[in-house]
Amino acid sequence: MNKHHDPASEFDAATGQSTTGHEWDGIRELNTPLPRWWLGIFYATIIWSLGYWVIYPAWPLLTDATKGVIGYASRQEIEDDLAIMRKDRAALASGLADASLEQIKADPALFRVAMAQGKAAFGDNCAACHGVGGSGGKGYPNLNDDEWLWGGSLAAIQTTLQHGIRVAGNNDTRVSQMPAFGRDGMLKKDEISAVANHVRELAGLSTQPKADLALGRKLFAENCAACHGPAGKGNQELGAPNLTDAISLYGMDLASVTETITNSRNGVMPAWGQRLDPTTIKALTVYVHSLGGGQ
Amino acid sequence: MSSIENPAPRKSLWLKHKIFETNSIILVIGVLLVISVGGLVEIAPLFYLRNTIEKVEGMRPYTPLELAGRAIYVREGCYNCHSQMIRPLRDEIERYGPYSLAAESMYDKPFQWGSKRTGPDLSRVGGKYSDEWQLGHLNQPRALVPQSIMPGYPFLAKTELHFGDIADHLRANRGGGVPYTDAMIAQAASDLEAQATPDHPRAAELEARYPKVQIRDFDGDPKRITEADALIAYLQVLGTLVDFKLYDTKANIR
Repeated sequence: MNKHHDPASEFDAATGQSTTGHEWDGIRELNTPLPRWWLGIFYATIIWSLGYWVIYPAWPLLTDATKGVIGYASRQEIEDDLAIMRKDRAALASGLADASLEQIKADPALFRVAMAQGKAAFGDNCAACHGVGGSGGKGYPNLNDDEWLWGGSLAAIQTTLQHGIRVAGNNDTRVSQMPAFGRDGMLKKDEISAVANHVRELAGLSTQPKADLALGRKLFAENCAACHGPAGKGNQELGAPNLTDAISLYGMDLASVTETITNSRNGVMPAWGQRLDPTTIKALTVYVHSLGGGQ
Repeated sequence: MSSIENPAPRKSLWLKHKIFETNSIILVIGVLLVISVGGLVEIAPLFYLRNTIEKVEGMRPYTPLELAGRAIYVREGCYNCHSQMIRPLRDEIERYGPYSLAAESMYDKPFQWGSKRTGPDLSRVGGKYSDEWQLGHLNQPRALVPQSIMPGYPFLAKTELHFGDIADHLRANRGGGVPYTDAMIAQAASDLEAQATPDHPRAAELEARYPKVQIRDFDGDPKRITEADALIAYLQVLGTLVDFKLYDTKANIR
């Protein structure tokens, strides 16, 4: 920039540099050049950007941008990335997609892959309700025991995963609706108390001393047996739980049973077929089936 | 003036910068001009380039109840910990589902992409959990996810939703470019009630105005419309409007 030097510039003895010739209220500005290494990098980035314009999509035009000579597109990049992942998985699973659930269960190599994929998918999608280990909680079934609401066979678990439970708008979803006997006025308060005590009797639990168990039995036969069976053994076709064991989704204490009969319970599970691919559903089926309670 | 002693350098453009250095207004104007070049080249084309204004099947404006829920989402600062933006990266797609499309936030004024994930991304949380789970989780996150550090919001289910001004919310959004019709604005309060009330007489109207609308009592308390109703309705619609079984991911590779 020396050739543009202001004629008013002069040598500054204190620093050994020349000034720009600009003077502000008696203070003169030193003409300190940018370091050469910095300038070098600066010019290099400009040259680099020229190459970038040619190779990558860069300049906006009227409807599109310039495409660049290597044809890069970020969406193509992720498509390719996903394709590599699918290929790797296909090689590892060597046909998880084609094998039946029984075959996966029987073949140790397939089983190992399904369990690994199932565990990852379970952690992301199922653990929020069923717990990290599948032990569930109040309102969310324990998947480790052998008590099943809708069936614990491989096929039954797959259907439940695929279509969910009480999913609006899904034609194959698991559906049943226990009436709200109290809220809808089908049973009176003392009648509900009698039925609740009978339900505890069925499960082999203590009943209240004053409970009218005969009335409870009669009302149970009239109102509950159609779904839960005359002996309260339940019916997996209807998702009606077995009432004779101590395992219960919403609690077997008198208050919980009374609440269930009064307002009913109709838990919902999402239909994972809408979110996950069929292979992942298969892997999850095998994983859940192997948690401890598969039938 | 001899040209040998003084080779007419004062006419050089290089020396004109004195005018900027001695005149702050001119300096400010100059800075603005330089910066706006960056904006014009990098931002303005996004408003007309074909691949950045992709139209997508299925998008519709939020229903009044969802919009009220969205206002609660913003009010409670959910965006501070939750993003709504799945990046086109393999790991994100594996965890959250198909990457977010620009069109999916076209009716978000302002968008809720967020910039930080203390909690998970929520752009496809709709339908992932049941209403009951969402309610229980809002009330007491650690009851369902023991390792969660999310604060509880138990007051939402106890607070009735004030929606007397919901029509104004729709109108304000229309001012921002969301295509709410006059009928949508006129019926906003009635539509809001219809969505949170099963078997509401005006449910059919609501469905005609907002395709794929989910109508039910979201918070398990059919007697009242609470803030939890609105927020859960909003969460349950997130990411569900575009059907990715039908969306052609290759169509927009340009």
